[in-house]
Amino acid sequence: MAPSDGKAADYKSDTLSVEQALKARRQTEGGQAPVIPDTCNLGIVLRILVPLNVIALLAAIVLSAGPMQAMSRFLDIAVILEPSALASLVILCVARKGVNGAALPLQWAMGLGVPALLAGLAALIVQRFVEPEIGALDAFWGVAGRAAGAAAAAWLLIEYFRLRARAYSPSFSEARLQALQARIRPHFLFNSLNTVLGLMRSDPRRAETTLENLADLFRVFMRDARELVPLDDEVVTCKEYLAIEQLRLGERLQVRWRLDLMPGDALLPSLLLQPLIENAVHHGIEPSADTGTVEISIERAGERVRVEIANPVTTTPPVRPGNQMALSNVRERLMLLYDIEAELKTGIANDRFRLQLEFPYRRERRRRDVRRYFDPDR
Amino acid sequence: MSDATSILIVDDEAPARARLREVMADLAPEFPHRIVGESANAPEALAQIESQRPQIVLMDVQMPGMTGIELARHISARAAEADHDAPKPMPLVIFVTAFDEFAVEAFEVNALDYLLKPVRAQRLLGALKRAQTLLPAEHLEAIDQLARATNTRRRHLSVHERGRVILVPLDQVLYLKAELKYITVRTREREYLIEESLTSLEDEFKDRFVRIHRNALVARPSIAGFERVTPTGDGEAGDPYWQVVLREVTEKLPVSRRQWSIVKGLVS
Repeated sequence: MAPSDGKAADYKSDTLSVEQALKARRQTEGGQAPVIPDTCNLGIVLRILVPLNVIALLAAIVLSAGPMQAMSRFLDIAVILEPSALASLVILCVARKGVNGAALPLQWAMGLGVPALLAGLAALIVQRFVEPEIGALDAFWGVAGRAAGAAAAAWLLIEYFRLRARAYSPSFSEARLQALQARIRPHFLFNSLNTVLGLMRSDPRRAETTLENLADLFRVFMRDARELVPLDDEVVTCKEYLAIEQLRLGERLQVRWRLDLMPGDALLPSLLLQPLIENAVHHGIEPSADTGTVEISIERAGERVRVEIANPVTTTPPVRPGNQMALSNVRERLMLLYDIEAELKTGIANDRFRLQLEFPYRRERRRRDVRRYFDPDR
Repeated sequence: MSDATSILIVDDEAPARARLREVMADLAPEFPHRIVGESANAPEALAQIESQRPQIVLMDVQMPGMTGIELARHISARAAEADHDAPKPMPLVIFVTAFDEFAVEAFEVNALDYLLKPVRAQRLLGALKRAQTLLPAEHLEAIDQLARATNTRRRHLSVHERGRVILVPLDQVLYLKAELKYITVRTREREYLIEESLTSLEDEFKDRFVRIHRNALVARPSIAGFERVTPTGDGEAGDPYWQVVLREVTEKLPVSRRQWSIVKGLVS
């Protein structure tokens, strides 16, 4: 299968590799999507020829007084339409591979120009045989008009296929979302298990709580990436995560929450905040032997929810490489989920790394029956 | 070994240290030992190694400030220079790491043993027994190999002074100057002496230090400029030469004729 094929069938497959998903993302962005549909594909050929003929027939009927006149008008159109359309399909089928990936204007020029030229040519030939004594102006008008008509039809068809491709792409966005979220956190898992084992004999109760937190966390990690959860739940997840890190890092990790103005019912994609907080701990606390504070404040600002996370800037590089992806990962998820409605800004001020995230405030309609709660001292 | 093996535990996380201590306690019948200390960071660990002389160090790889691998390099550097001091046996290092593909890969090609967190008692016992079969020289070589494999560059120089270990951050070092068998490490505040080879220091810290003379490396950021001097001693004038003017300290360092062609590229 040619990688650049834009045909609709490509978009239907259920199992998608990350690579395919990435390709799809490029396509939804329009950057790499080929303009000219795959005219070698029979399905696409039919989707082009059938509507063109139906429209031609309808136009002939509407403009005619009786069935005989309609038939003759349709034949007049068909004698130009069929050869130029078929020849265009054949030429584009061969030529599109050459211009795919080329500059967009070039692709468009090809997609519109070929049908226009062929329709003009067909009109010219028909004139020579059917009405050889026609005046120069009328002849020009006839040829140019048909060429323009062909270009317009080609434009509509190309737009149709582009829209169609885009309509299928959400499944790719979803696949991409899954891929973005399904980051396994082996380091976190093994460190946490080690922490639990370290507590097992000296503080069995705390070991129990930690395992419960860990179980909750992994349940969330394995949840569907598209699921929207109330902010309250996401904060519980973050607190469970921080409780585990707290045991591991001890005094070094200080956390200050500011949630008085938080709209707990606001919906957000599951695991949007936890990776950002993990990032703050990973870059701001772990690399330093000193005590550091992670500040998290969540508030409502009009019709938007604003999240601010700050952590110390450390001079030493992170203890372990990897997981650097967190920020770009969250950014991409925001892009896929909210498009331009969400905003993620970062900066360094007063030796602290600050992150500000804003997304639209949307509420859940019904409150859930079960509310999860978090009690670190259980 | 006549006595129980002495062991030091180094990990920045308290629960991880507790876990190792418990597992070691479980192993006591099979592996007689005593735990001589626990340290949460590199300076503590170096001090305890000096004072307690453990035979085996169980060392976490991921620690803030300095990784276990860099710490092991400091320990091995200390052991390498032990010959003229009182003999200082090098403690055997067993690394402990949480899942970390990169480090694990580096260990696979290495004679050194490592343990994955969470640590199992039997696995730890195997590592302890194996560690004792390794010759000190092999051990030193293995640590160097590991540091190369993980591309661990030191961020500190370890200085031994009256039984104490001082870690001098490299970014505070203005220049390194070889004098007899020692190298003078100059920071803004003071000088330290270390026993290493200038050539290997040059190789290791190429991107920060530039050689200006057979006996001196200067940190690029601390070069303030160059000035030309004509020596006027003993009546006749010698050949003029260039010297480096440093930021933050007043002394100047001569640039050798051979290095000048390279060094003058830094003047901009």
